[in-house]
Amino acid sequence: MGAVLEVVDLEKSFLKDEKRIVALRGFSLEVVEGSFVTILGRSGCGKTTLLNIMAGLLARSSGQVAYRGQPVTGPRTEIAYLTQHDTLMPWRDVQRNVEMPLEMRGVRRAERRRIARNLIETVGLAGFERHYPRELSGGMRRRAGLARMLSTEPETFLLDEPFGALDAQLRTELQAELLRLWHGSGKTVVFITHDLEEALLLGDRVVVLGPVGRILLDEQIGLPRPREDPENIRLDSAFIALYGRVSSALKEGAR
Amino acid sequence: MTADLHHQTDGHPSGANQPGGPIELPANRSWLERHGRTLFTVLVRLALLALFLLFWQMMSGRYVDPLFISQPTDIWANLYEWARDGTLARNTWLTVQEIVLGFLFGASAGIVAGFALSIIRLLGDILDPYMIALYSIPKVALAPLFIIWFGIDVQMKVLLAAVTVFFLVYLNTSAGVRSVDRGLIDAVRLMGGSHREVITKVLLPGSMAGVITGLRVAVPYALIGAVVGELVASNRGLGYLMLDSASQFNTAGVFAALAVITIIASVLNLGVSALDRRSSRWKPVEG
Ligand SMILES: Nc1ncnc2c1ncn2[C@@H]1O[C@H](COP(=O)(O)OP(=O)(O)OP(=O)(O)O)[C@@H](O)[C@H]1O
Ligand SMILES: [Mg+2]
Repeated sequence: MGAVLEVVDLEKSFLKDEKRIVALRGFSLEVVEGSFVTILGRSGCGKTTLLNIMAGLLARSSGQVAYRGQPVTGPRTEIAYLTQHDTLMPWRDVQRNVEMPLEMRGVRRAERRRIARNLIETVGLAGFERHYPRELSGGMRRRAGLARMLSTEPETFLLDEPFGALDAQLRTELQAELLRLWHGSGKTVVFITHDLEEALLLGDRVVVLGPVGRILLDEQIGLPRPREDPENIRLDSAFIALYGRVSSALKEGAR
Repeated sequence: MTADLHHQTDGHPSGANQPGGPIELPANRSWLERHGRTLFTVLVRLALLALFLLFWQMMSGRYVDPLFISQPTDIWANLYEWARDGTLARNTWLTVQEIVLGFLFGASAGIVAGFALSIIRLLGDILDPYMIALYSIPKVALAPLFIIWFGIDVQMKVLLAAVTVFFLVYLNTSAGVRSVDRGLIDAVRLMGGSHREVITKVLLPGSMAGVITGLRVAVPYALIGAVVGELVASNRGLGYLMLDSASQFNTAGVFAALAVITIIASVLNLGVSALDRRSSRWKPVEG
């Protein structure tokens, strides 16, 4: 299978007063269709900027970004992007927030209702349909955002630290849920995280970024799927070896 | 994420009783517990008002010349007299019309301008200093101009009220639109929303708090505009009634007109806060 997302020699700098802040330089990445790529990197290395550009929210300074061979010039509905900060509409309750993307596609009301109900249940928010975002905890808002993103059945997912705000138990549950949804679906996932273990447990491939998005490590994760038993995978010698390599790559990036 | 994604409902923790979630209990409260506080406040309020009127009545004539402060019974008698001969209804109706029309024109123009000039950012930036300059003019100073344009009839009062309302609503609306989180706009773009949907689904609801603040602060100004207009030049309306009573040293008449104006103001404010309550459920808690 070919590349869905193709980034070539990307550069992005921000103009701040009379200074140019370079967030990404000379960045290239090819994401193969149907793969699950996890991206690790220290805070401020340009991960969110990269995703913003891939999602078409942010214009690049130079270089090329293509989705299925077409240059990305704006947001497209095949790509779902879960941003680092949640963007639920504060004036809509959970139900209506999840329905929102469907509303824009002109899905009928009854159908919208049903889809949203099921998704809300999937992310474990049943019973909170009528709650407004400010009445939810951070992790619950995150899950509501996840449900909203899933509602339109996109083919490519860009996820920026989706499980960062969740407790360990819930995080494990949702990781399993995500893998279950993804496995065999042929969808492509780009997943940013700060959690090394999460990166290895979920991905097919791990990419470690250094300052200005320099790629420090880019490796396939050969662990067998389905990975239903994280406890055991953690003890796998391949996992441990990879963990060591990624960990030292991250340390190198810190220097 | 296959097509059956939307059908699965099995085996997931449901929110209301999930581990670590909040516990919801029925709040068994009696009628008195629920409304006792409100009832108490209302009763004390009424008692305070009665006390004040009583005090006024006692002071008047005994310690202070009624020419200055009149007295509640005289004011009531005056009101009754006006109500009987139709003066009250006629003039109140006229003033209310001026207020309502002025408010409607001013508010709708203010909302439209507020949105237009915030969405078309460049235009807003260009016009901003002029808007502020116009806003700073004391609106009474426009009265002579309006009299030249429209005479001393209703239009002039409506316009005076509308101009004041316009700027307050305009400023608050555009502040509201500009305060809308960029992330929310991006979210709609990501959902494939058109420019129009960004406006209707994010900018409009997101700036509602600003619009309502504008409307709320503008309500008393519609009244001020109308009454000031009547005080400047008129032959009808509550402001005229006040002026006319004053010119005859009828203090009770001045107070009677003032009382009616106060009542109108209170009714208007009640209406606005009812609107505010309806749309504020999602707002973060103040403080
Ligand atoms: N709009 C902006 N204007 C100026 N500088 C910016 C802007 N957005 C990002 N940056 C800078 O670009 C760099 C990369 O930011 P980015 O948000 O992509 O980091 P990140 O890798 O996502 O970090 P984190 O893990 O903390 O989320 C940072 O140094 C940041 O200061
Ligand atoms: Mg980030």
